[in-house]
Amino acid sequence: MLKINDLKVNYGGIEAVKGISFEVPEKSIVTLIGANGAGKSTTLRTISGLKKPSSGSIRFLGDDITGADTHSIISRGITLVPEGRHVFPDMTVLENIKIGAYLRKDNLDDDINWVYDLFPRLKERSWQMAGTLSGGEQQMLAVARALMSRPKLMMMDEPSLGLAPIIVQGIFDIIKEINKQGVTILLIEQNANMALHCADLAYVMETGQITKQGSGNELLADESIKAAYLGKKK
Amino acid sequence: MNKKRTRDIILSALLAAAVGGILAWLQADSSSHSYAISIIERSAIYAVVAVAMNMLTGFTGLFSLGQAGFMALGAYTTAILTIPVEVRQNVYYVNGIAPWLENLHLPMIPALILGGLVAAAFAALIGIPVLRLKSDYLAIATLGFAEIIRAFLASPAMDTITNGSFGLNNIPAFKNIFEPVILSAVCILLMVLMINSSYGRAFKAIREDDIAAESMGINLFRHKQLAFVVSSFFTGIAGGLLGIYMRSIDTKTFQVTLTYNILLIVVLGGIGSVTGSIIGSFLINGGQEWLRFFDEPLAIGGVEIPLFRTGFRMVIYSVLLMVVVLFWRRGIMGNKEFTWEGLFGLFKRKRKKETTGGEA
Repeated sequence: MLKINDLKVNYGGIEAVKGISFEVPEKSIVTLIGANGAGKSTTLRTISGLKKPSSGSIRFLGDDITGADTHSIISRGITLVPEGRHVFPDMTVLENIKIGAYLRKDNLDDDINWVYDLFPRLKERSWQMAGTLSGGEQQMLAVARALMSRPKLMMMDEPSLGLAPIIVQGIFDIIKEINKQGVTILLIEQNANMALHCADLAYVMETGQITKQGSGNELLADESIKAAYLGKKK
Repeated sequence: MNKKRTRDIILSALLAAAVGGILAWLQADSSSHSYAISIIERSAIYAVVAVAMNMLTGFTGLFSLGQAGFMALGAYTTAILTIPVEVRQNVYYVNGIAPWLENLHLPMIPALILGGLVAAAFAALIGIPVLRLKSDYLAIATLGFAEIIRAFLASPAMDTITNGSFGLNNIPAFKNIFEPVILSAVCILLMVLMINSSYGRAFKAIREDDIAAESMGINLFRHKQLAFVVSSFFTGIAGGLLGIYMRSIDTKTFQVTLTYNILLIVVLGGIGSVTGSIIGSFLINGGQEWLRFFDEPLAIGGVEIPLFRTGFRMVIYSVLLMVVVLFWRRGIMGNKEFTWEGLFGLFKRKRKKETTGGEA
């Protein structure tokens, strides 16, 4: 579904992503794991058009979307749940959700009910300002908002950031649920254990390059991954 | 819920009727009420500019200080086109009028719209470079632009069009108080419709978090440009209305102080509140006039109070403004809108306080 080929991205003179290639098959959960500064977020930002690549190509459903504008990429069915949630604090929960469907002109009622079914907590807080929600609820809202664009591919940047383990579990359950309903998911995580457990396919990034790839279970069993990301003592 | 809705509609209709009634009463004896009429007209016109500025500052998060410039463009366009053809030779008595302009005349409303369009066109033009700037830098750039417009309109090269530094007069006045009030109300209503549409939601999203807004597929530049152009359009119309209200304008009318006055209204009313801007406009314009008695000499018990003399009014006015800003840090309305529900809630809360106070 999404095919990245030899992608390179620069910040000024610094090359953050040094020619990576990977693929996201349809209806799967794919995860990119890696330490801070490995280039994971940059990769997502480049796919969604917020950052322009210096070379390489990005193809989505067969079309080349390299360097296209963000809104044209979003309208093709890719959506990004940004790192640190980025909900609109002085707008109500409902307004936040409606903004997610900004590029759609059709009736939203069904979809609003759908995301409220996924997150009953948000329905209770429909009229509350998003800034007053707890961290976990804000993450739910960020996901709900992203779902409103009816994405084919949802990219999530560290959904577990700053959340308690029990909430993280809930978020991952939701991710699996959304995936079951037919949305392909590209997930970036530092919480490698969680991410690998739910991923069909995983890539490990280090300093701008992909160093390992395999199914979630394969990487979970990999000794070097265990040492580097899962906290196993040698 | 529905019952409340009908009640709100009835109350709003009653309020509109009451306002209409008061205006009609003032109009019926316009010569003895001319003072009140002129305050109301001015307040209504300033309210349009304040709401337009609020749309930019409060809703889109773009801090622009170019209002006076756009008002000047609107005012000059409207004035040039509405001054009766017969008196034009008297108005342009020094340098004469450009021949192509001599017989070009439009009725008030088309002239106002054209004034708005000229302001909007300039906004679109300068928006391209200027809107890439953020916060203070945008304010400085638009402030500079407004001054350039003012200098340009007063320049000798424009003598045969704008009458240069002599200004324009003989602009036909409003026929009655309803004209400016209704026109202002229509402008404000159109802006409210825009703010409540999906465009308005996008504006607010940009204000709150531009990164998230962009990842929702909102084209940042296009929406900022849209807000800037629409705001300038209505600012231009309000400028035209101000020109008609004042009947004679020159470039000194549109100095930076005018922008600051509008900014004061927006801040006092509440950044992000349309009703706040309207209330603020009437308070500021009314307040400046009501406080006039401080300028007159006052004697209490035969003793002349030395402070009461010309200029003291502005001291009191400034102190009052400071008090308001200190106690209502987010302006009178904050970013809330006026609702009947809120008004009744206010009374209920007060009553509750009184009863609990009584028990204690």
